Amino acid sequence: MPPMLDPMVGRYLRLEIEGVAHRLYFEEAGRGIPLVCLHTAGADGRQYRHVLADAEITRRFRVLAFDMPWHGKSSPPDGWERDEYRLTTASYTAAIRAFCAALELERPVVMGCSIGGRIVLNLAIAHADEFRALVALEAADFQQPWYDTSWLHRPDVHGGEVCAALVSGLIAPHSPPASRHETLWMYMQGGPGVFRGDLYFYRVDGDLRDKVGTIDTRVCPLYLLTGEYDFSCTPDDTLRTAAQIPGVEVQIMKEVGHFPMSENPAKFRDYILPVLAKISSLPDRARPARS
Amino acid sequence: MTPADRFAHLPSLLAADTELRRRGRWVDVDCRIDVGAEPFHLTIRQGELTELERGPRLMRAIAFSIHATDEAWQRHWRKLPEPGWHDLFALTKRGVASIEGDLRPLLQNLQYFKDLLALPRRLPEGH
Repeated sequence: MPPMLDPMVGRYLRLEIEGVAHRLYFEEAGRGIPLVCLHTAGADGRQYRHVLADAEITRRFRVLAFDMPWHGKSSPPDGWERDEYRLTTASYTAAIRAFCAALELERPVVMGCSIGGRIVLNLAIAHADEFRALVALEAADFQQPWYDTSWLHRPDVHGGEVCAALVSGLIAPHSPPASRHETLWMYMQGGPGVFRGDLYFYRVDGDLRDKVGTIDTRVCPLYLLTGEYDFSCTPDDTLRTAAQIPGVEVQIMKEVGHFPMSENPAKFRDYILPVLAKISSLPDRARPARS
Repeated sequence: MTPADRFAHLPSLLAADTELRRRGRWVDVDCRIDVGAEPFHLTIRQGELTELERGPRLMRAIAFSIHATDEAWQRHWRKLPEPGWHDLFALTKRGVASIEGDLRPLLQNLQYFKDLLALPRRLPEGH
């Protein structure tokens, strides 16, 4: 019997982000329009394994999912032990643009979830002309905090277990148990303080309430999709955000929570395939000349 | 049957769940769960519910307490709870539940406590 191999291939990419050398792990599959996938806070690119393995998607898209620095198989940069990890709007945006530039991706689509969705909004605000389309999952310009992140990194509470237990409530009760627990396992595997450091961007540095109104979807189409069981980024948060952006397409996903692509891959597929079909039919215009 | 009546079934529900008791084997804590106006005092040793006392107790020392309204528990304990009622922190975020006291034993064993407090979902609907 031949080996049963998943179609994605993993590589390590050497690049500089904000002048610092990094070695990023990414997986890719498919050919066509580059589709860069951004995982949630405290997790890694494995969340997109079902998208990477979906022939209906990979026949039109070159799907790429990279582990953010400090996450998954992307190690922190040399000297990490002297710093407290804190993701910022600037460092997150720089990492995404550096990844796309290093791989010479021509006007890719970027799809991100949670903090990945929030940073997609920032890409739409600040760098729209670099992207063919943007997809923000579980995203809003701002969300009301619902717990104290200091519990995520302290010696008397197991970081992996508490991170997983906190986010477990963001998964819809309908999601298959195996997918629920696979999603939680990634949270259990995060490095100490990494989830908390990601949430610095979410809670402190990434408030976009004054900025989303400037998004021009004529430059780059924007799609927002949020699960109805997400009480961190609620459907109301997403709808409020969408109401400020002319031309945005927004959808609330039934029976789905905060991790659509990993907590319920089959259900997510029903929602994302039509979006990707629309994106693949967009005219392949050249990047507008900068003034 | 009131939500408090449903919660009173907790000892048999936990006794029937060997997997949850296994995961909770490090839990030793005294805490209070308020179901609407009715307090319950839980004595937990090595994940086992050694005592569940219904009603007020004078000067009982507890590590933490969790209070939620009758409606909150009722909707939380549906077989498939509606969005926003399906998780303990969804309830606190919407302002129908609160957590007070020393949160350390709660956060150290958070999945155990979430699953423990969701056990009444296993009772027949309308029970």
